[in-house]
Amino acid sequence: MRRITCLILFISFLWTDVVSGTKLHVGAGQPFATIQAAMDEARSGDQVIVHPGLYRECPVVVNKSITLTGYGMPVLDALGEKEGIIIEADSVTIEGFEIRNTGYSYIEDRAGIRIKRTKAFTIRNNRLILTFFGIYLEHAKSGRVINNAILGKPLAEANSGNGIHLWYCKDIDIVGNLIRGHRDGIYFEFATQSRVRRNISEQNLRYGLHFMFSNDDIYTGNTFRDNGAGVAVMFSSRIHMLNNLFHLNWGQAAYGLLLKEIYDAEIRENVFQKNTVGIFTEGSNRIHYKDNDFLNNGWAVKVAGACEKNDFIRNNFIGNSFDFAAVGNMETNRIEENFWGDYSGYDLDKNGIGDIPYRPIKLFNYVVDQTPETIILMRSLLVEILNFSEKVSPVLTPAEVSDAMPNMHRYIR
Amino acid sequence: MLRIIRYSFADLIRSRWLYFYTGFYLVLTGALFLISADLSKVIVSLMNAILFIVPLVALLFGVMVQYNTREFTELLLAQPIPRRSIFLGQYLGIATALAISFLLGAGIPFILSGIFLSGEIWNFSILLLSGILLSYIFSALGYLLALINDNRIRGFGLAILVWLLLAVVYDGLFLLGLAWFSDYPLENVAIGVTVFNPIDLARILILLKLDVSALMGYTGAVFNKFLGTSLGMGLALTILVVWAVLPVSMIRYISLRKDF
Repeated sequence: MRRITCLILFISFLWTDVVSGTKLHVGAGQPFATIQAAMDEARSGDQVIVHPGLYRECPVVVNKSITLTGYGMPVLDALGEKEGIIIEADSVTIEGFEIRNTGYSYIEDRAGIRIKRTKAFTIRNNRLILTFFGIYLEHAKSGRVINNAILGKPLAEANSGNGIHLWYCKDIDIVGNLIRGHRDGIYFEFATQSRVRRNISEQNLRYGLHFMFSNDDIYTGNTFRDNGAGVAVMFSSRIHMLNNLFHLNWGQAAYGLLLKEIYDAEIRENVFQKNTVGIFTEGSNRIHYKDNDFLNNGWAVKVAGACEKNDFIRNNFIGNSFDFAAVGNMETNRIEENFWGDYSGYDLDKNGIGDIPYRPIKLFNYVVDQTPETIILMRSLLVEILNFSEKVSPVLTPAEVSDAMPNMHRYIR
Repeated sequence: MLRIIRYSFADLIRSRWLYFYTGFYLVLTGALFLISADLSKVIVSLMNAILFIVPLVALLFGVMVQYNTREFTELLLAQPIPRRSIFLGQYLGIATALAISFLLGAGIPFILSGIFLSGEIWNFSILLLSGILLSYIFSALGYLLALINDNRIRGFGLAILVWLLLAVVYDGLFLLGLAWFSDYPLENVAIGVTVFNPIDLARILILLKLDVSALMGYTGAVFNKFLGTSLGMGLALTILVVWAVLPVSMIRYISLRKDF
């Protein structure tokens, strides 16, 4: 037993020695004055430690497998015309830097940190301020982007970049970042098998998180607040969306979650609160909407057509101005066992399920879809009368949008 | 004039109908609280009741009191009191009595429920404020109608007609109009038309607090600008006050000229 312990200790010592390599110190009063000078000396596996100060040597090109560590947040200032750090080697770690002022450009996509065709990188605990693109990953694989703050100042969609931008990437972890004030908070294009967890993405001009042609990704536990739209998922398959909060995405074309042409997705245990439209979905098939909470939205769910074989099951719909809107044929979709705050049916056999179906589309929804301005009449006596008469003898509202087994009680989660 | 206000107020306070009115709100609000613990939901349900009942009751009270005190009014007219004081005093007495009984009826259950500890206090005060304003507006309208028409049946009939018109028919025509001209940009028109109906205005005022996310939706920049800001709120309130002042000045104008 003792021998094994000794062996383990010995190996671990050896291991840390191999990994940490030598340490090269950069800064005023240190062996190296510039980061570039230290990196010229460094070999793979070394650690370059940068002490506090202002460094004007952007772009810093990392082409060896080293760890670049900032002590006490050294500042890399790109002076409004360059990129911050460019990573061109595998197994690079960047941590503890403040990178600022890349300036914006209409010609090139300047980034605070650019990862170029490499793998096994870690970008950790950095602060990116007023970078055009924050962290730009192109053809990257198996890396991690953890606990960074990426704070921009949005101008207009045309001259602002994305917070974290993925282009042809695979197996990336994006965890615990704060992204504010970009065009898209996080942007995925051709990025597969990646995970987005516990990030906060807010006040972005377009989307908090944006998927294009990206399959098999997961995002969980994120907060999307006050963006043009919370999350947009387009032309992608098998995306899992779990446990996220979509909050206060308000405006003329603002959605909590926008789905377009996506297939086989799981949307579970999310909270949609106070969005103009909770979920807007178009041309999306075989999606499971389960156990979500829709609270105080304008429209909870808006189905714009060509949506087939979707399941809406065990969701809470509470305090929404309109619970559901649907255009086109809804016959192949299943709406079951949801709790509807406006349900006024009864439960005589006491099995917890209402005895008469609930039909979430009321006449006034239909009217508002035809003439949006009529929304100014919402909750007036006339509208209540109209809704009531339609409920008694339905003529205009689609019969197939109905929950045959509405739950009597709110699901507590 | 103060003495007349006080007299007319005390006269109404003693009336059985007013107790009934207060009791109704007490029961309604209390029942709503028993049914659902969700404060904002109670406020929404109560809003529907308020927009429906307050105008009707205020109109009928205005008409009724004017007719019932006709003889006493004529007696007062024989005294050296200015006409302005008599009629405005009577009106203010009625309106204030109605407003207070509404305030008590709707307010007490809310206070018992601990509204001051929750974030809904603003929504609630807007609700009460619009209820009070509606009381003043519609009792003035009722009083005015009774003053113009010496025939009681006609007075009551007109009062109910006015209520029906403003509460339902107006919105119906409005809706038809919007649907009919839906090819044109209608935001400005919609806001303009709403302004001319105090019930709609009060509804918008409460809605601004409750349903903003839906209103911020597809309805274009004009709605956003008008409804989404404190400017819209202030404007709606101002116009409601104008709605109260207009019939009162009409009462004054007619009472000065009417031959009893």
